[in-house]
Amino acid sequence: MDITELTVHELQEKLKNKELTSYDITKAYVKRIEEKEKDVQAFVTELGNEALEKASEIDEERKSGEVGNFTGIPIGIKDNICTKGVKTTCSSKMLENFVSPYDATVVEKLNDEKMINLGKLNMDEFAMGGSTEYSYFKKTRNPWNLNRVPGGSSGGSAAAVAANMVPWALGSDTGGSIRQPASFCGVVGLKPTYGLVSRYGLVAFASSLDQIGPITKDVYDSAMLLNIIAGHDEKDTTSREMEKKDYTKALKNDVKGLKIGVPKEFFGEGINEEVKEKLEEAIKTYKELGAEIEEFSLDIAKYSLATYYIIACAEASSNLGRFDGIRYGYRAKEFKDLKDLYRKSRSEGFGPEVKRRIILGTYVLSSGYYDAYYKKAQQVRTLVMNEFDKAFKKYDVILTPTSPTVAFDIGSKSNNPLEMYLADICTVSVNIAGLPGISIPCGVDKSNMPIGMQLIGNKFQEETILNAAYTFEQKIKFRENYKPTFRKEEE
Amino acid sequence: MQVSKEELLHIAKLADLEINENEIDNYLANLEDILNFANIVNNAPVEGLNITIGANEAKNVFRKDEIKVFKDNDSLLQNAPDEAQHMFRIPKVIE
Repeated sequence: MDITELTVHELQEKLKNKELTSYDITKAYVKRIEEKEKDVQAFVTELGNEALEKASEIDEERKSGEVGNFTGIPIGIKDNICTKGVKTTCSSKMLENFVSPYDATVVEKLNDEKMINLGKLNMDEFAMGGSTEYSYFKKTRNPWNLNRVPGGSSGGSAAAVAANMVPWALGSDTGGSIRQPASFCGVVGLKPTYGLVSRYGLVAFASSLDQIGPITKDVYDSAMLLNIIAGHDEKDTTSREMEKKDYTKALKNDVKGLKIGVPKEFFGEGINEEVKEKLEEAIKTYKELGAEIEEFSLDIAKYSLATYYIIACAEASSNLGRFDGIRYGYRAKEFKDLKDLYRKSRSEGFGPEVKRRIILGTYVLSSGYYDAYYKKAQQVRTLVMNEFDKAFKKYDVILTPTSPTVAFDIGSKSNNPLEMYLADICTVSVNIAGLPGISIPCGVDKSNMPIGMQLIGNKFQEETILNAAYTFEQKIKFRENYKPTFRKEEE
Repeated sequence: MQVSKEELLHIAKLADLEINENEIDNYLANLEDILNFANIVNNAPVEGLNITIGANEAKNVFRKDEIKVFKDNDSLLQNAPDEAQHMFRIPKVIE
């Protein structure tokens, strides 16, 4: 048995009936990371030794009595989620040596469950990007083809899950940063409704869009990890007070009568033919499973993308104002005075994409352009929400591709920012409207690269999309049929 | 959307960023590309629509105004690029 092939719910079983110890599991993952990290480059900080030590302690505890369901289960964490005593770099030179003095609320929740942190995972700098190529430290590679990107910005998280280097991981999603890499790497990525999961301790990119969520091997694990991280937090005033749910209870393996809307604009221009084909097969599968499918018009994708980049960059330009080289982060070595210190530290500490977005954000907020861009974008935000509201009066779930293409070649888009932005066209509207969205694999193309399907739900209706995803997954059994090959083409 | 070099440098200054002479053309081209694309928001049918600021309904959230003391000063100062006498050190600001 290869321990690292197992899902978390399978690991739980084996822990419970004493087939495995936490040490066995952790050791298997540490070994796997040793083998695969040179190819995949998913980690910014590895915590193998610490993890093994903690696993031994936990096994001792297990001998002497009852432990929780997730005690001793390892996990990987995106490197923009604060971990006390362990570096949180956001894959930026700016935070290369930053050690958070506190844990993010989601990390506290993992610690309360006595889970084991295997390390911090690579990402696009400050979560700005769709390929993880904008990391200051390294380029993560796609386990299905090492010449391709893993997607981004949670590329380290998705690649590590796909490569069995962690059993599951946390990512963050501002415009698709969980769902798109999950799609590129053939794993399951869930962006929860805005306000379901606390953002306290998530280094802010665009505060009105950011949300933390699970990246997992299957839908059941996704529901379990959501159970752990969801919930109101007084430290995040945008988190919603609501009753605690058990999302695994929603997984019924039944979609009879479920109303699925398919917006035709998401299947038009720019969508790769093989992606379209697989999505059409998925729609057919849903029909066979008894769901009611209807095509409809949701003509917001192109407005959404422009709106997204205006709002996200505007918020980023403000959020990233705090990095000034005074209290933490990079400080330039040479400067004339305080102002010069700010300017040089920021210019040397941020990478080109981050600077580009700060400049764009500052531009759209500056006097003379505020009305034409920022205010207009906020109105479009209302339009997008209204259109989704209308759609959810008719449908339970909206089905789209997660990304217009499969994972692209490393280096093919990194010099063309606008082309990179266009890769987010299917995912951003979900963040703009604050809705939940899940990406699950629905097949592979001719070159054996995974294709992702996105299911969007109404606010706080995670149960509906999780059940729809689960039912599909049980039918097509993607993980049994397709595996990453770590192949490398000659360069 | 034409952006001038002067405008770009002004925006960079507002954002406390320096742009080197050899980066200017690249930034200008990128910015124009993106703004041309972003201009599509001006064609969106938004007549009469209110603006939306956040994804949730906007409401005030209050808490009791209680003092909480954060005692772990060492972990804060551990991240300071420069410190002296347990304080953040910055260049002289008063001439």
